[in-house]
Amino acid sequence: MIAALLVMVGLAVVIGLALGWSAVRFKVEGNPLAEKIDAILPQTQCGQCGFPGCRPYAEAIARGEADINQCPPGGEEGVKKLAELLGVEPKPLDETHGTPKPKSVAFIDENLCIGCTLCIQACPVDAIVGAAKQMHTVIASECTGCELCVPPCPVDCISMVPVAEDLPHWKFKHPLVMMKQVGGARG
Amino acid sequence: MTRVLHRFKGGVHLPDHKAESNGRPIHAAPVPRQLVIPLRQHIGNPARPVVEVGQQVLKGQIIAEADGYISAAVHASSSGTVTAIGPALVPHVSGLPDDCITIETDGRDAWIDHAPIDYQALAPADLRMRLRDMGLAGLGGAVFPSAVKLDPGAHACPTLIVNGGECEPWITCDDLLMRTRADEILQGVRVMRHLLGSTEILVGIEDNKPEAIAAMQAAAAGFDFAVEVIAVPTIYPAGGAKQMIETLTGRQVPSGKLSTDIGIQVFNVGTAYALARAVFHGEPLISRLVTVTGHVLRPQNFEVLIGTPMQRLIDLAGDRDGATGVLMGGPMMGMPMPSSEVPVVKATNCILVKSDALFPPLPAMLPCIRCTRCADVCPAELQPQELFRFAKAGDFGRAQEYHLFDCIECGCCSYVCPSHIPLVDYYRYAKSEIWAREREKRAADLARARHEFRLFRLEREKKEKAEKLAAKAQAKRAELAAEAAAPGATGEADAKKALIAAALARAQAKKAEVAPKNIDQLPPDKQREIEEIEARRAKIRELARQPLETDETKP
Repeated sequence: MIAALLVMVGLAVVIGLALGWSAVRFKVEGNPLAEKIDAILPQTQCGQCGFPGCRPYAEAIARGEADINQCPPGGEEGVKKLAELLGVEPKPLDETHGTPKPKSVAFIDENLCIGCTLCIQACPVDAIVGAAKQMHTVIASECTGCELCVPPCPVDCISMVPVAEDLPHWKFKHPLVMMKQVGGARG
Repeated sequence: MTRVLHRFKGGVHLPDHKAESNGRPIHAAPVPRQLVIPLRQHIGNPARPVVEVGQQVLKGQIIAEADGYISAAVHASSSGTVTAIGPALVPHVSGLPDDCITIETDGRDAWIDHAPIDYQALAPADLRMRLRDMGLAGLGGAVFPSAVKLDPGAHACPTLIVNGGECEPWITCDDLLMRTRADEILQGVRVMRHLLGSTEILVGIEDNKPEAIAAMQAAAAGFDFAVEVIAVPTIYPAGGAKQMIETLTGRQVPSGKLSTDIGIQVFNVGTAYALARAVFHGEPLISRLVTVTGHVLRPQNFEVLIGTPMQRLIDLAGDRDGATGVLMGGPMMGMPMPSSEVPVVKATNCILVKSDALFPPLPAMLPCIRCTRCADVCPAELQPQELFRFAKAGDFGRAQEYHLFDCIECGCCSYVCPSHIPLVDYYRYAKSEIWAREREKRAADLARARHEFRLFRLEREKKEKAEKLAAKAQAKRAELAAEAAAPGATGEADAKKALIAAALARAQAKKAEVAPKNIDQLPPDKQREIEEIEARRAKIRELARQPLETDETKP
C-alpha cells in the first residue's frame, strides 16, 4: 500500500517536473491562434473592423472579444475561412463595419496636392512618398486600398481608383458564368 | 529499328484532318501594310521597347530587348516606321489589350546587317545570351525562352528529344517543316547538342506523317552525330512533351518536376529550325510557319512574319461565308480569338477557322454521371471527374491535392465526356483562381511586413525624439549649472528658475522681433485711423472682461 502510494507520488513529481520544464523550455512565443487568424485576414490595415489594423483584430478574435464577420475587405470568403479555423458557424458580414468593395488603389491628383504630408502619416503601409511642401504620390503596387488617406486630405485630392484588369492579372471565369454571359448576349 | 516504344496511359484517337492542309506547298505570306508586334509573346517578363514612335526600323532589328533572364527580345519583322507603342488587341482569349509595337511597313523588306554566329567560339553563357537576343522561344506552343532551356545548369541532359509529334488534329506546320527543311532542323539540333552536351538524340514523329519521317531519316544520314528518327503511334496527345518522353524512353516525369530532372530535354522541331536560322544565318525569330485551315477555301501553310493580322492569312487561304470564329491552335487545345484581326505571334502554330458544319456547337451540359471515361483517357493519369467536382465547388485546395497542376489541358476528358461538360474550362478556371489567390497572399504578406515595419519605425522615431530632447535638456541644465556655479552655487531650484527666466527672455525677444514694421512715419490721417481702431479694440476687450451674466440680461 505504502509502496504503491510512493510510486504514484514519485511518478507525479517526475512527470510534473518534466511538464514544468518543457512548459518553460518550449514556450510558444505570441499567440499561435492569433497568428493563424492574422494569416487569413487580408492585411488591408483599414481599421473598418474597429481595431487599429489586422493584427489587433486577429488578437481580439483569438481572445473572443470580436466577432468573425467584421472584415469587409476579407468578404464572405474570409468569414468562411475564419469560421472553418475556429470551428464556428459562418455568418453574414456585419454591415455596420462596411461592405466589400472591388479592389482599388489610392490616386493623388498631383495638380491639387499641396504637400501637407497628412496622407503620408495616415498610410498604414507607408505606400505614399513625398515630403513637406513637395507633391506626394502613391506607390500603387504597395497600396492596400484601405482609404485611410482619403479623409485627412485637406484639399480632397485623393480618389480611390478601381484596379483595372490587365493581361497578367486576368482570370478565367467560371464556365457557368461564361455560358450565362453568352446566353445573355444572344437573348 | 530496335527501340522498344512505350505506351502512355490514356489518350484518344481523333480524326486527324491533316490532309486538308498538308498537300499544298509552303507559301510565303506577303508583307502586310501594318505589323502589330506584342511585347509579351513568351513566358516570363515582357520585352522592353528600345525604339521610339516615328523611328525607322529595319527587318530583324531589335525593337524590344529581353528584360531579365526568363525573357526574350522582340524584333521588327519587316522594315518600316514605328507608328505606335502601347496597348493593342493581342491573340489572347481574354480579349484584353496588351502592349504592342505597331510598324507601318515600307514594302522594301530591307534587312539589317546580320551575320552568322560562330557558336563554337563563344562561351555557352554568351551564346545563350545571343540566342535570347535573337528572340528564340519554344514554338511548340508554350513559348518558353529557349535560351533558358538550353542551360543544362546542374542537370546533365544526356537525352535530347526533338518533338515532331504534332498530334493535334488539323495542324500540319511541323509536318511541312520536316518535309522541306529537315536539314536545317538538324543543324539546329547540332547547336542544341553543343550547348546541352547530349549524347542521345531522338526525333519522335507520329506515324501519320510518313513523308516527314522519310525526309528526317534521309537528312539524319548525312550528319556526323547519331540521330534516331522514330515513328511513334498516332494517338492524341502523343506530341505532348511528357507523353513523348514516355513513349520514347519509358520514363515518366515525376509530378511537379521538370524533364531535365530526369536528364531529358525536349524541343519542338520548329524551335530547332528557328535556332538554325539564328545561328547559321544570323536571322532572329521574325517569322514562323502557320497552318491556316478549317473553314477556308485553300487550307495550307504559310511562312508568316510575326505581327501579321490573322485575317490577312485567312484572306490568302480564301475566306468563306459562314465562319463562326477563329481558334489559335488546334480544336483540342486552341484558344478562341477575340477577333480575326489579332496578329500572329511566336506561339501561333495554326489558325483554325470554325464553322457550324465543322464544329457544331456543343449540346447543353448535363450533370456528371461519374462514368470515369475521362479518367480512362487522361494521359496525365489524373481523376478528371474529381477535379471537376472540386473546381466547380471552388474547393481549390482539394483540387491541388488531386494534382490539378499536372493537367496539361489536352482536352481528352472534355472530348469523351458523354455529358458534354467543358472539363478543361473548369481546370483553367481553377488554375487561374489558385494563381490569383497566391498573388493576393503575396500582396497580403507584403502589406503585413510593411505595416509591421511602420509600427516599428514610429516607435523608433518616438524613442529617438525623446532621447534627443533628454540629451538637449541635460546639456542646457549642465550649462546653466556651470553659469550658476560661477557667482556661487545656489542649488537646483535656482537653476530651474534661471532656465525659466532665460526662456521668458527668449520669448520676449522673439515677440519684439515680430512687431509690425509698417507703423513708422505714417500720415496723420492713417495715424488717426489706427488710433480709432485701437480704441475700438480696447472697448471690445473691456466688454469681454465684463461678467457673462450682464451679456445674458441684455435683450
